[in-house]
Amino acid sequence: MKKNIYFFILFLAIIIIFILLYKAIYQSNSYIPSLSTNNKINNFSANSLFSDNKIDIKDLSKLEKITIINIWASWCAPCRNEHKYLMKLRQHPNINLIGLNYKDDPSKAKKFIENFGNPFSKILKDPKGIISIDIGAYGVPETYIVDNKLNIIKKFIGELTSNNYEEIVNIANK
Amino acid sequence: MLTSQIGNYALIFGVIFSFFLITCLLLNTYRFIKINLTTIYSVLFLQLFLVLISFFCLIYSFLISDFSNITVYNNSHTTKPLFYKISGTWGNHEGSMLLWLLVLTLFVFLFFIYSKKQPKNYRLTTLIFQQIIITGFFLFVLITSNPFNIIFPKPAEGLGLNPILQDPALAIHPPILYLGYVGSSIIFSASLSALVSKNINTYWAQHIKKWIFLTWIFLTFGILLGSIWAYYELGWGGFWFWDPVENVSLMPWFTLTALLHSISVLEKRLVLKSWTVILSIATFSLSMSGTFLVRSGILNSVHTFANDPGRGLFILIFLFLLILISILIFFFFQKDENFSQKRIYWLSKETAILINNWFMIFFLSVVLIGTTYPIFLEVLTNEKISVGPPFYQKLLVPFFIPFLFFMAIGPNLKWIKNDYKKINFNKILLLFFLCFVTFLLVNKLNIKNLFQIILIIASFYLFVISLDDLIFKRKNFSQNIAHFGFSILILSIIFNGILSKETSANMKIGDEITFDGNLIKLKKIEAIDKENYKSIVANFEIKDQKKQIILLKPEIRIYNQPNILTSEADIKSNFFEDKFIVFSILNREEIFNVRYQVKRFMIWIWISVFLIIFGGLIKLLRTQ
Repeated sequence: MKKNIYFFILFLAIIIIFILLYKAIYQSNSYIPSLSTNNKINNFSANSLFSDNKIDIKDLSKLEKITIINIWASWCAPCRNEHKYLMKLRQHPNINLIGLNYKDDPSKAKKFIENFGNPFSKILKDPKGIISIDIGAYGVPETYIVDNKLNIIKKFIGELTSNNYEEIVNIANK
Repeated sequence: MLTSQIGNYALIFGVIFSFFLITCLLLNTYRFIKINLTTIYSVLFLQLFLVLISFFCLIYSFLISDFSNITVYNNSHTTKPLFYKISGTWGNHEGSMLLWLLVLTLFVFLFFIYSKKQPKNYRLTTLIFQQIIITGFFLFVLITSNPFNIIFPKPAEGLGLNPILQDPALAIHPPILYLGYVGSSIIFSASLSALVSKNINTYWAQHIKKWIFLTWIFLTFGILLGSIWAYYELGWGGFWFWDPVENVSLMPWFTLTALLHSISVLEKRLVLKSWTVILSIATFSLSMSGTFLVRSGILNSVHTFANDPGRGLFILIFLFLLILISILIFFFFQKDENFSQKRIYWLSKETAILINNWFMIFFLSVVLIGTTYPIFLEVLTNEKISVGPPFYQKLLVPFFIPFLFFMAIGPNLKWIKNDYKKINFNKILLLFFLCFVTFLLVNKLNIKNLFQIILIIASFYLFVISLDDLIFKRKNFSQNIAHFGFSILILSIIFNGILSKETSANMKIGDEITFDGNLIKLKKIEAIDKENYKSIVANFEIKDQKKQIILLKPEIRIYNQPNILTSEADIKSNFFEDKFIVFSILNREEIFNVRYQVKRFMIWIWISVFLIIFGGLIKLLRTQ
């Protein structure tokens, strides 16, 4: 009799742990090792892709909107996939989209924009990748959402998905 | 393309053999057919051979960079060095699960060869349990994580292996750890089958002891390698972070270590039968849970790179089925032991081993709670917390004090009953002497924490007693050396924690800082192009008071594929201290952030664990 009670308690405990772990599977999110603990982007200046004059990121983000900084390159395949979302985001009234062209050949980058359309209000060049490393990125594509004081609201590593797109729109609508 | 096909079909045939074997064995158990032992040998060998083929197919695909294979595409790159192309085979989810399977089939084959003296009934039942586990893993690999999926059209280049995995220690860390995990599956099946076939006796204990020691050696060594990797590669300057994934490998270690001790009691006195079975079930369940927690991506850690709820669900269901089956079998077949003829006296080796087991279970509970509580809390309340080192230190350190004393006293007690009169008063004198030594040391080093002070006394006590046993008594060499190693481990961890120093500074080329009596100078920065990364190497000169100069060259590596920055520490070790330096690039290019650490007695942490493993190895070789 005593044995049965033990068994029953153990059985119940196992079922409860199973349910908890089952729920945990669907809540998990992948881990991103953080190199930079900054939650603010330091001001940087870079040359524009088309006009080649020096621009401060501080000046670009002063508008009463949220600013999205997208790190991209013409040689990066996932960038092509997320391009459609960027094109849609461009039409949103509260979003100011800035491209940071990462380690790219300017002529190829321009061709990329010609072929797929330009979602950005401004494209800055980062030919050596130093700016990107500086703001804490470790690859392309990466997308930063910052407010007008350059505080990072959200950071997406890798290709934007339709879920990410909706998340950005939600942030912009607030 | 072709190799992937071969690998895939080899796996399919492998699982068919499993089903065939289980069916035959079950029919044999209920006496419908009579199975021939040579048939089993050949089927087991064929199964091993098939898994080996598919494993080599995968290695080959990695070697020739066959990007039509999705696994290769996701985890390799043409510019990767040859060594990491091969180790990349098991550096990813699919490949590592294939490795699990390979080790499983290898171990079951070896088990069958080395268990000839055991009753046939017991061997066959073990095989059934083991084949159920193997089938589970075959299906897991084939259904949710097939390493031979094809991508079409074939990409020109792969995505590359995560650079922090490109490290020699990490190339062998997973295989060794898996040998430990899989070894625990043999212990699990063997204990269940011994329970079912009523074969738990002295001979069985002697036979399973070898497997326990073998598994324990691999598990310990695997954990050590992981720790070494964290120290050298992650560049955080520590060796154990209480990271959930580290904990997950530590949990089966606690139960296995408990089992390692209690199996001798079973062997000598034929008590603790049920307890042995429970520990075996627990060890394997914890190993499997470890695989589940890591592979499902529930844990947030450096080790989880990709995750897919489907995989997690599969392992979860499989894990709980195994646990339920084993518990059902346990409750159904377990008989209450008759303790009346076999009294256990208070002052005896049995009691000492039982005390060890209680401590192990306590340590396990602490780590288990610390690891799983955040998961459960997040599910129930959506609140995210992380349990850090202070939790473990607060709960574990006080209990280490009695643990160390028992560890010193226990081995010198006799089986059955120890004479009170034989208590050696020299040992009590020794204790007073050590208190005095520690008092001097504490005054000099200015240690204020009471627990730390008593812990130092306790570990000195264990150190002296086990050294004495090791040199003069030599009764049980393997055990003495392992306990001696453990005392060094604890001592070096304590003094490493107390005496280590660190500083960080922003430096330009030519800058100098003084720290810990040494002059540290940043001499120059060079950029070097390597096969698959660019390296920025800083040259530091460290001049001590005797004007001896040491050069340290930490690096920042910029990997090309995938594009990731890693920082590589440079470490110079000697028997007293490690000099550890890392640097990172700051916003402006000419200034670098430098972190310099002096880690005292660091190398003794590794040496002591090697001693512990060596003890286990001696024991394994002697029991054969």
